[in-house]
Amino acid sequence: MEHGLLISIIYAFISLSVATIWGLLLGGIMMKVVARAHGRFGPPFWQPIIDIIKNNARRTSISHGIMYFLGPVFRIAGGMGTFLFIPFIYGSMVFGNFSFAGDLFLVMYFIFFGQLGMALGAGESGHPYSAIGVARGLSQMTAFELPFALSIISIVIQYGTLNITSIVAAQQGGILHWTLFTNPLATIAALIALQGMNMHNPFSIVIAPQEIPIGPPTEYHSNFLGLLQTNRGLFNIAKLALFMNLYFGGATNLFSMLIKTFGIYMITVIVGASFPRFRTEQSIRFFLGVPTVIGILAVLVTGYF
Amino acid sequence: MKEFIEKLIDKYAIKPMHSRHANQVFLTIKQDRLPDALTWLRDFAGYTHLAFITAVDYPEIEKIQLTYMVHNYQENTDIGLRVLLDRRQPEMISVHHLWQHVATYQRELHEMFGIDFPGSPRLKENFALEGWQDVPPMRRDFDTKEYAEKTYFPRPGRETHDPREYMKQKLYPDPKEEK
Amino acid sequence: MENKDKMKLANDGLPEHEKPLFCDARPQTYKPLGKYVEKFLNWARANSLWILGYGTGCGAIELRPLMTARFDMFRWGLAPRPTPRQAGVFVIGGYMSVKTLKRVIRSYEQMQGPKFVIALGSCTINGGMYWDSYNTINRLDHYLPVDIYITGCMPRPEALIAGFNKLKAMIKAQQTDGQNEYARNFDWYKANQKKIVKDWNMPDYNW
Repeated sequence: MEHGLLISIIYAFISLSVATIWGLLLGGIMMKVVARAHGRFGPPFWQPIIDIIKNNARRTSISHGIMYFLGPVFRIAGGMGTFLFIPFIYGSMVFGNFSFAGDLFLVMYFIFFGQLGMALGAGESGHPYSAIGVARGLSQMTAFELPFALSIISIVIQYGTLNITSIVAAQQGGILHWTLFTNPLATIAALIALQGMNMHNPFSIVIAPQEIPIGPPTEYHSNFLGLLQTNRGLFNIAKLALFMNLYFGGATNLFSMLIKTFGIYMITVIVGASFPRFRTEQSIRFFLGVPTVIGILAVLVTGYF
Repeated sequence: MKEFIEKLIDKYAIKPMHSRHANQVFLTIKQDRLPDALTWLRDFAGYTHLAFITAVDYPEIEKIQLTYMVHNYQENTDIGLRVLLDRRQPEMISVHHLWQHVATYQRELHEMFGIDFPGSPRLKENFALEGWQDVPPMRRDFDTKEYAEKTYFPRPGRETHDPREYMKQKLYPDPKEEK
Repeated sequence: MENKDKMKLANDGLPEHEKPLFCDARPQTYKPLGKYVEKFLNWARANSLWILGYGTGCGAIELRPLMTARFDMFRWGLAPRPTPRQAGVFVIGGYMSVKTLKRVIRSYEQMQGPKFVIALGSCTINGGMYWDSYNTINRLDHYLPVDIYITGCMPRPEALIAGFNKLKAMIKAQQTDGQNEYARNFDWYKANQKKIVKDWNMPDYNW
């Protein structure tokens, strides 16, 4: 895609805004879905956006230090970084985002990056729950990175490229070309890792509502919290888009993108509604057990056959 | 139960008991014999559970009465051991070495009645009232109403009825007045 | 507020070595931004009320049914929040002892403005059945700026919903501003609080 820098920036901005709004609305729609399953009405589906406006409209805010201030900035940088190197809609000028030869590695790094910045920022806020949440989050992250990385290695061997756009291109031409069907083991390992990444039940040990009420962002408020919430929408959609691209054949138009991200998120919601929460050590053992074995199998299968 | 109580009375020279239920007795005991009696009850008579310690203030006779209630799980019986303390200088031997939770009861009694238990852990720390400066509030010469009116900005316009008179008026109005 | 010394808080309750650790600034009053901006923001504030999950008395038990499927407070944008930093509405659940009041003041001052207080039950209005008790306060509005009183002993969840909707209407109409009121009458509130909280071992304004 050969066009000027300014145009690229404008396109990236449009792409980011659409993704953020869709991510927030997706969160709201899921709250509504869960509420209907409970037999109640639930909040309106645009509630996350109102919350963000409200939080940014708070009159006062307090900073606990430089790292506290930078925590949400790192977080949203991680979210943006993850998103901007994933083709949101394959072949689209605006939503194609940036693409280069090794962007899969960069994306994997960015997924970790936001959490790390948040860990430092939350650590400086000095609240004990923040520290506990950070410790839990980082240990869980190390655990689910393993099956996820194995799965990525497997599909990298399969397609022979580290470029997400090329991987999507290889999956075009029919539903049976999707990684889901050509490499089911890698897909299963990665989808289990996605449950950990999304931090819903049973892997909600970071925010653990009845233990350490909301974990790391306990001290975050006002516009800091607004930034974190914005990132929650963006980062969520970035993860979903990554999985859509790697395993579900990407999206060639806006409509199929909406449907696919919704479907992938629905898996998390159904799993979350069906299981209670793990304890920290159970969660880590879980990821290091069956999903890792599946991931190793996927690598072996693609490597030797 | 009966023989056992007689044994207890023999052993510790307790004043005559009084009981309302078959499995509950109250005995008044001398102040300095109480730790002995409680130890004996706990270790040899099966009264392993101290249910509560409570106090009653009797300004008329210048005494504060403490009741130690112990429970026997095997026989399902209770014994209440009572002690009378001097009201002007209430001081009692602490029994926190027998049951750990006694220290908490004694903290509460110290705060609410001003009873001293020398040697009891964390006795002088705040329990429910923080920084209380007045007479201990459960003493009967402490006027809670007056204190509340003085301290807590009562909202004007409150109407208060004597419950007995008020119910009488409401339920059984005087027939002469109705005419 | 003329000279600078009066602007600083004394923090007399703290030991000397802790004084530099805490802030000594007074709360400030805030002007509304612009007619239409403020109106829009008030709409957002009214539709996203986050309750501080702090049950101070028996009324806390009436908040739980609100979260269940039957009353479902989420559809009005109410949500419980575990930390005062993020909450915007403080629901005082009924009788309040002096010990609780101390924590309530501390939590209230940690909340970020604009903040609102809803008081439940007759206990917060005039003491209720605990009016002549030695350890429960009689009038909450002497210690905190209260926006809505919900009467009853205890009020039912339906009454609470009505109270929340009244609060939303008041926020939208810009009739209530507890934060500014607290800042304006700060000395009066502080004197009242200190009169009954005898061991004041926290900063004068903890935020």
